Amino acid sequence: MELKANMAGNVWKITVNQGDKVESGQDVVILESMKMEIPIAAEEAGTVAELKVNEGDFVNEGDVIAVID
Amino acid sequence: MIQKVLIANRGEIAARIIRSCQKMGIRTVAVYSDADQNAPYVKMADEGYLIGPPRVNESYLNVDKIVAAAKDSGADAIHPGYGFLSENEDFVKRCQDEGLIFIGPSSDVIKQMGSKIAARKAMQQAGVPVVPGTDGAVASLEEAMETAQSIGYPVMLKASAGGGGIGMQIVASEDELAKAFENNSKRALTFFGDGSMFIEKKLENARHIEIQILADQHGNVIHLFERECSIQRRNQKVIEEAPSAFISEKTRKQMGEAAINAAIALRYSNAGTIEFLVDENENFYFLEMNTRIQVEHPVTEEITGLDIVEQQLKIAQGERLHFTQEDIKINGHAMEARIYAEDPVTFFPSPGHITKFDIPTGKAVRNELAVTEKSDVTPFYDPMIGKLIVRGETRQESISLLKQALAQYKIEGIKTNIPMLLKVVDLEQFKMGNTTTDFVQKHYLPLVQTN
Repeated sequence: MELKANMAGNVWKITVNQGDKVESGQDVVILESMKMEIPIAAEEAGTVAELKVNEGDFVNEGDVIAVID
Repeated sequence: MIQKVLIANRGEIAARIIRSCQKMGIRTVAVYSDADQNAPYVKMADEGYLIGPPRVNESYLNVDKIVAAAKDSGADAIHPGYGFLSENEDFVKRCQDEGLIFIGPSSDVIKQMGSKIAARKAMQQAGVPVVPGTDGAVASLEEAMETAQSIGYPVMLKASAGGGGIGMQIVASEDELAKAFENNSKRALTFFGDGSMFIEKKLENARHIEIQILADQHGNVIHLFERECSIQRRNQKVIEEAPSAFISEKTRKQMGEAAINAAIALRYSNAGTIEFLVDENENFYFLEMNTRIQVEHPVTEEITGLDIVEQQLKIAQGERLHFTQEDIKINGHAMEARIYAEDPVTFFPSPGHITKFDIPTGKAVRNELAVTEKSDVTPFYDPMIGKLIVRGETRQESISLLKQALAQYKIEGIKTNIPMLLKVVDLEQFKMGNTTTDFVQKHYLPLVQTN
């Protein structure tokens, strides 16, 4: 399952590592834009198969941030 | 007398401060980051200093660079605006050490009001009512449960170091508290480096009503009545008005007196705002004190005829207030709508390039602007790009003026919250003055989410 950015902004923090097991609702990354920090949480439980971004990267709305299997 | 002011801020508030300085014959110095080179406020100032890259830590929060710009330009005072360094006690101390006048209160007051726990204690001592809850952080989930039990559900769980609604949650039962406590504590630790939590009673149908005060350095304090700021999204204000349509003359007087007592107890000087939550029975409780100019100050200016920035400058140079409480009267009704670069439904920021920018005009309309046509709205700063203020004789007239003005506002190239504002001012509940802090969730979101 692809986890997508819901707004344009910078990747402020990545709170998981590749290979980590995540629960549904667990924060995966925190985006930051215009003084607002938006946590992006996993929609389903699974394993972080791939992280597509690094801390400090700029992402646009709709960009894939991580893949969770 | 202050001769030259450096404005340690950006956007609409920098422009606003420069206007008052110009009126008073004070020279102005703007500071700006690489992202703000073409910003309108930089052009308005007599001088401008580039202070670093776009990121706030390297520019607008960079104390060394800002102090150096003040020294180089020969400024004798610094106006901090709101946000950034405006409530930073170390910055105030640094200004003092450098012989610069900080336009604001002492570092001690800022420190006290910056801590939710210390502020609560100071207000209790000054006889100002506070929301029922813990006087400090709760040590454990067990203690949180005991407290919640004794004050009664629903309660607000809040992070001590929190802000912007992060680490904050309404909890209606013990089960919910158990789940929310750990999650929010963990999140607060990630965001603020401090996971300590406290608990307050959740007030039902509460309104956010705040009192503007002015206090000089000679112990004179007056209030400029209230502003109601209950229309919020993400715990941030969207529409503000003065006076409040809800409180009685008696409550207005009591709130004003409570705010004055608080300022006297704190030995406060500067303009300042005491924020209260007001319940459906007009009981009011201290929320927090802002020791700086407030975003929504224009609505108070519109109904009192005073220039609050000018008053700040006069207070900072040691002048006494030129008027007493009896001189201040409410004249008409004013409203402010904040124009945000954001999606009108999700409220997520929308940075980008502005391709068209037509603003409303007219005698009853006041615009405070951070941008112009062809401006880039960058992801580095607050999404607020402007404020639209109207003044009418009555609340009803204010609403129709705001509606007309919003309809004239045309911004293209980025998403804005104007469609949301237009819907809100047209809602019957808004017109009736049923403006509680859950207004957006209760009356606006259902309207757009079903579509």
